[in-house]
Amino acid sequence: MINERYYPLLATLAVCALLYGYGIFEYRAFSDTYVLGNLLTDNAFLIITAVGMTFVILSGGIDLSVGSMIAFVGVLMAELVTGFGIHPLVAVVISLVFGAAFGAFMGLIIAKFDIQPFIITLAGMFFLRGMCFLINLDSVPITHDFVSAFGGFRIPLPGRGWLSASAIVMLVAVMSGIVFAHYTRFGRNVYAIGGDRQSAQLLGIPVERTIIQVYMLSGIFSALAGVVFAFYTASAYPLAAVGVELDAIAAVVIGGTLLTGGMGFVAGTFFGGIIMGVIQTLIAFDGSLNSWWTKIVIGGLLFGFIVLQRLITRSFSGMRAGAT
Amino acid sequence: MADMAQPVLSARGVGKFFPGVKALQDVDFALMAGEIHALLGENGAGKSTLIKVITGVHARDAGSVQLDGVEIHPGHPGEAQHLGISTVFQEVNLVPTLSVAENLMLERQTRKFGLISWKKTEADAREALKILGLDIDINRALGSYSVAIQQLVAIARAVALDARVLILDEPTASLDADEIKTLFRTMRALKDKGLGIIFVTHFLDQVYEITDRITVLRNGRLVGTFETANLPQIDLINHMLGRELAEISAHRHHARDGVVDRGNHIRIKNLGKKRVLNPVTLNLSGGEIVGLAGLLGSGRTELAELVFGAQRADSGLVFLDDKPVMLRSPRQAIRAGFGLCPEDRKQDGIVPELGVRENIALALQGRRGWLRPIPRAEQDKFADDMIAALGIATPDREKPVGQLSGGNQQKVILARWLVSKPVFLILDEPTRGIDVGAHADIIKLIRDLCDEGLALLVASSELEEIVAFADRVAVLRDRELATELSGADITQNNIIEAIAR
Repeated sequence: MINERYYPLLATLAVCALLYGYGIFEYRAFSDTYVLGNLLTDNAFLIITAVGMTFVILSGGIDLSVGSMIAFVGVLMAELVTGFGIHPLVAVVISLVFGAAFGAFMGLIIAKFDIQPFIITLAGMFFLRGMCFLINLDSVPITHDFVSAFGGFRIPLPGRGWLSASAIVMLVAVMSGIVFAHYTRFGRNVYAIGGDRQSAQLLGIPVERTIIQVYMLSGIFSALAGVVFAFYTASAYPLAAVGVELDAIAAVVIGGTLLTGGMGFVAGTFFGGIIMGVIQTLIAFDGSLNSWWTKIVIGGLLFGFIVLQRLITRSFSGMRAGAT
Repeated sequence: MADMAQPVLSARGVGKFFPGVKALQDVDFALMAGEIHALLGENGAGKSTLIKVITGVHARDAGSVQLDGVEIHPGHPGEAQHLGISTVFQEVNLVPTLSVAENLMLERQTRKFGLISWKKTEADAREALKILGLDIDINRALGSYSVAIQQLVAIARAVALDARVLILDEPTASLDADEIKTLFRTMRALKDKGLGIIFVTHFLDQVYEITDRITVLRNGRLVGTFETANLPQIDLINHMLGRELAEISAHRHHARDGVVDRGNHIRIKNLGKKRVLNPVTLNLSGGEIVGLAGLLGSGRTELAELVFGAQRADSGLVFLDDKPVMLRSPRQAIRAGFGLCPEDRKQDGIVPELGVRENIALALQGRRGWLRPIPRAEQDKFADDMIAALGIATPDREKPVGQLSGGNQQKVILARWLVSKPVFLILDEPTRGIDVGAHADIIKLIRDLCDEGLALLVASSELEEIVAFADRVAVLRDRELATELSGADITQNNIIEAIAR
């Protein structure tokens, strides 16, 4: 018998396989690795963000600041590289440190003052978006040899496809997310806190410290997503990545993570992101459908997954989280 | 006597004082290794305070606690656990979404090069469960198992850390008979391994089934420690309730002849709920006070909540003047003219932030429906009338109820029901936590209400009180109606005998 904790993940894999299978069945070109390579590249920044978001949601929280973080890091990178002539790699380090610090700051307020993460990260979202315009009002290019090299780097795949640098960074981020979540005490403590915070405290878990670390991690991952996004587009725009926080949350939930926390898999989030990309690609292949159909399909999927999760957790006895 | 052995845990002269309350006074307690020791007492006797002092939730204000002859001062439950005192609470404090293995090993996982080695960690978890003889799939989510299994896993986690003392705080409250059997088998196995077990419960048959000795507390003081085998149940109940059999009944014999059957009739017919209360049949008429007696957990509060619709009954009906009353929610009960003053008024009764006037207006407003607000002038009049009639000590009618004393809060709740002119009022422990003066006031109020033709059902653990005001007494035992007493039969002796059977 299969462990019921894997049901949402299996559902995610099934949906992913179905959609991809449909694409291959319907359009001959869909089976080419070219499509796969593009899927990984185009959704790299979204999936990286969603990996960080997975930890936040597993802990029972939410982080709305990630979209603004992506835009802010882009603007910051452009200013550092083009304005101050700093090497892009140094700018990357500065961006990641900033992401970590800002995330930890939000986590500190959430943990110490016991405030809803929704409202704190909403404040963070406005703050960072505003800060973008403080630095730069327009779309600016980021020009540097390293950036062009990053954009041009590709590992060929069998067939016509290739693996871009963005995709590689994303895959590494997913791998490290899996290790963090499943092979460290920090990761297991995140699950415990999301499952039942009060019990976690009584079991001797450092709840406050873990929560701060969760938002710090989300800050780092979204800053990394910002870096990848900036390199990928080779430009910075203060209004970039608006609403990406919601896409990331959708990817996490479609990936099988319980929105109330405590259950889920980083690997699921990867497939959740891919599913969203596949839907987009399918609609592009069709050609006659409006791109807004992506949202309609994703909305429908979300409804389905949330109900599925409810059915699974309802069979649990003694579930306090979400119990009516 | 085997008492020559040194106790594994001993407390001497322990005292704990909260502002205005002596929760524990001069309590001695000794737990031997390889012993199951019941800690008994009614609500407020000091059981939980003693456990909290032992486990470091509260710092003690007097006396000493020794583990293996060494004085200990744990600052929090985690520290007590490191010393070897583990506690399992009634509510399972584990994470339902995590696997059984993870719940056992959280913060104790074996690591290699900083990463968790799941192979070793799962082997450790299996080892921990083996002690209890529990054969379950440790990779399934804890929440997919029954509460009993979860309870056992909590015990496994508790004893995995070389525990010397295991405290079980009402572990059986939510278990069924088979689950209790499993738990008891485990307790005996642990006892044979030399653990000292403190067992807190209010099910006396379980006490006789499993424990070696019993310590009884009452009002924060030690009544005594007894060998279970040598203590008849009736003596135990006397120790817990603090009444001597010889005490003479003080049944009210004031002139009430011929005043029966003035008001409405309430018939409770086969009202029950699975796992909560076996079907109860009880009749009341206006102008009558029926007392509900029974030990904690006998179903007193549950009956009150079922009649009021706060819990949904799955069998039986309540009739008001031969018409069945729909009782699917308190709202419907209130519409029918029922009222309930709950046991825990802080949590279920008052709205502490609202003023006296608003609290009083709540039930009447609920009965009228929110579309017909009560004019402010009318509310003021109700509030002023009630403050005067019940003698509520408050500077004005807008003072937040949370700032009043317990007795006055209780009066506000009574006032709330009185303005809504109920036909049937249920009072659950109306005098708990109230000082002596207010206590007398409330008893007098209960009598006056009854003389006005109201039907009253009053649950109380104070036998003296029940004997003093009840026309009839329904005695509950083990979640069913044991017997009904009326007239001259209402004595403390008879009630205690009915409780003890």
